[in-house]
Amino acid sequence: NSFTKIDESLFEELEELLIMGDVGVETAGRVCEELRRKVKEQGVKDPNDVYDLLRTIVADMLRGGEELKIGTKPSVILVIGVNGVGKTTTIGKLAALLGSQGKKVILGAADTFRAAAIEQLEVWAQRSGAELVKQTQGSDPASVVFDSIAAAKAREADVVICDTAGRLHNKKNLMEELSKISRVIQREAPDADREVLLVLDAATGQNAVSQAREFQSAAEITGIVLTKLDGTPKGGVVLSIREELGLPVKFIGVGEQVDDLQTFDADQFARALFERQEETNETDHSDA
Amino acid sequence: MAFENLSEKLSAAFKRLRSKGKLNESDVKEAMREVRLALLEADVNYKVAKDFVAKVSERAVGNEVMESLTPAQMVIKIVNEELTALMGGGETRLNSPSSPPAVVLFCGLQGSGKTTHAAKLALMLKNQGHRPLLVACDVYRPAAIQQLQVLGSQAGVPVFEQGAGDPVKISREAVKHAKDYGNDFVLIDTAGRLQIDEALMDELRRIKEAVPPTDILLVVDAMTGQEAVNVAKSFHELLDITGVVLTKLDGDARGGAALSVRAVTGRPIKFAGIGEKLSDLEVFHPDRMASRILGM
Ligand SMILES: Nc1nc2c(ncn2[C@@H]2O[C@H](COP(=O)(O)OP(=O)(O)OP(=O)(O)O)[C@@H](O)[C@H]2O)c(=O)[nH]1
Ligand SMILES: Nc1nc2c(ncn2[C@@H]2O[C@H](COP(=O)(O)OP(=O)(O)OP(=O)(O)O)[C@@H](O)[C@H]2O)c(=O)[nH]1
Ligand SMILES: [K+]
Ligand SMILES: [Mg+2]
Ligand SMILES: [Mg+2]
Repeated sequence: NSFTKIDESLFEELEELLIMGDVGVETAGRVCEELRRKVKEQGVKDPNDVYDLLRTIVADMLRGGEELKIGTKPSVILVIGVNGVGKTTTIGKLAALLGSQGKKVILGAADTFRAAAIEQLEVWAQRSGAELVKQTQGSDPASVVFDSIAAAKAREADVVICDTAGRLHNKKNLMEELSKISRVIQREAPDADREVLLVLDAATGQNAVSQAREFQSAAEITGIVLTKLDGTPKGGVVLSIREELGLPVKFIGVGEQVDDLQTFDADQFARALFERQEETNETDHSDA
Repeated sequence: MAFENLSEKLSAAFKRLRSKGKLNESDVKEAMREVRLALLEADVNYKVAKDFVAKVSERAVGNEVMESLTPAQMVIKIVNEELTALMGGGETRLNSPSSPPAVVLFCGLQGSGKTTHAAKLALMLKNQGHRPLLVACDVYRPAAIQQLQVLGSQAGVPVFEQGAGDPVKISREAVKHAKDYGNDFVLIDTAGRLQIDEALMDELRRIKEAVPPTDILLVVDAMTGQEAVNVAKSFHELLDITGVVLTKLDGDARGGAALSVRAVTGRPIKFAGIGEKLSDLEVFHPDRMASRILGM
């Protein structure tokens, strides 16, 4: 970058980068306030050091809580989110990842609503070598979840991953359906480790904050999966979500193939956030 | 409801402006700062918001406004006019072909709602007495063809598919099929793709060349943030899109994507998706949307 001194225009430029990365106006403002304070406090003189400091602030905000807690046999992972964000695909990738670690995985096809959702998950079960538990389209999703947990116990599986239908967080009845699913898991696997992963599309803007808020109150989220980071969006809204709800990002999706899932890396994420468009196009997230 | 929040923010800014009597330049500046923040919070693209505010400011600080008896009213009027202009005028319909069939190509990012909206439009056209044909050109995503088949049968519209063949060839043969069987609309579903995926973007270009479509509709998720501009610009540059389908408007997204996409392509939003059911499709009315944003 072309800055030779630390002045107002540098801070403005950085705030602009944050906003363009979907961090949101308010969070961007707060982050920059903190940056100003630290620059002063530490007597930073070199503009490049300001960039480094900002990256550190962002990375520090996002660090921690990346690992999955799936120690019990079985453990249950519920995957939720609005329509089309990448839930089913993420489940396929996650099943393959856990399978490669020697875990026996069962997939529960609890999206009984969307056209061909079950068939889609079936393909992912084949690709990842996981077993599939399903009923017919239109059946009660909570009952599929019940079956999946029962199957996991009977077949001594390590992990059950349940798909759910995409739903917009402002739809009361659909969110209530999710709470019901969540209660079934608590009832049927009371001592099991449970993860509830909210999947967010990296291209989503500030709406992701209300997604997280509403899904959180329907089914206590334990972590976020940020998908489609192989594109040019930055997914900066996870910063606001971390600030407001304390939710960690656990994985990122970087493509449509079975191995395109990575553990979240706060430093790498912070670095990518400040790359300009032109640079981003050449950034290959997948070789991290 | 989508856009609600933006509307609230703008009216708050306007209220403060109205409470002042005569306006000076710094009052206008402050109001414009608030408008800009409201737009950014609504996910309007950074540059689009900046340009918008610059345009309004330029008009607003003129003598005519400053010296008028109701300066605040005039500033608000300018914002309204510019916002309505940004959203485009009245509703726009699908283009008509010189000879049937009309061919509509759906394209966009992964998960934006292409398959669902191809089927929704098929149902809408069928209900208007047309004989649409759906075409399965997403040969990549698991169960994409089955999804279209299920939706097609729900809509009572035939689906043309050739399994995992070449989408360019499939679309060409679908048009031929439509001519043979008297289908007056051909609606082509394609795989989701990133605008930086050169191979898949080129596939779209070749489908366009092979068919060619009467409408190329970019399907955009209303929840999209700053990225909307990059997506719209790239698809438009390559394909010269004829319009946009804005989906998932039944959510509470602030809808900045609508403004951004319109601003960078100049192409109208032709349809709005307002739910998962096949009947959840509306013709888009930009002027009504602008009024809704402005709370008028
Ligand atoms: N480029 C890219 N595409 C992705 C990624 N994850 C998912 N997708 C694509 O996004 C689209 C939607 O993915 P799904 O897994 O069907 O999303 P979903 O959330 O299950 O969708 P619904 O069940 O309809 O709500 C598909 O075309 C996927 O291939 C990713 O990390 N990168
Ligand atoms: N609430 C709501 N959901 C929608 C709307 N349009 C589509 N969806 C849902 O969004 C998800 C994705 O829709 P699809 O039609 O599969 O999207 P697509 O663009 O074809 O996805 P890919 O082929 O994977 O790129 C599905 O769960 C749809 O039911 C809408 O207007 N409102
Ligand atoms: K999306
Ligand atoms: Mg799914
Ligand atoms: Mg599709």
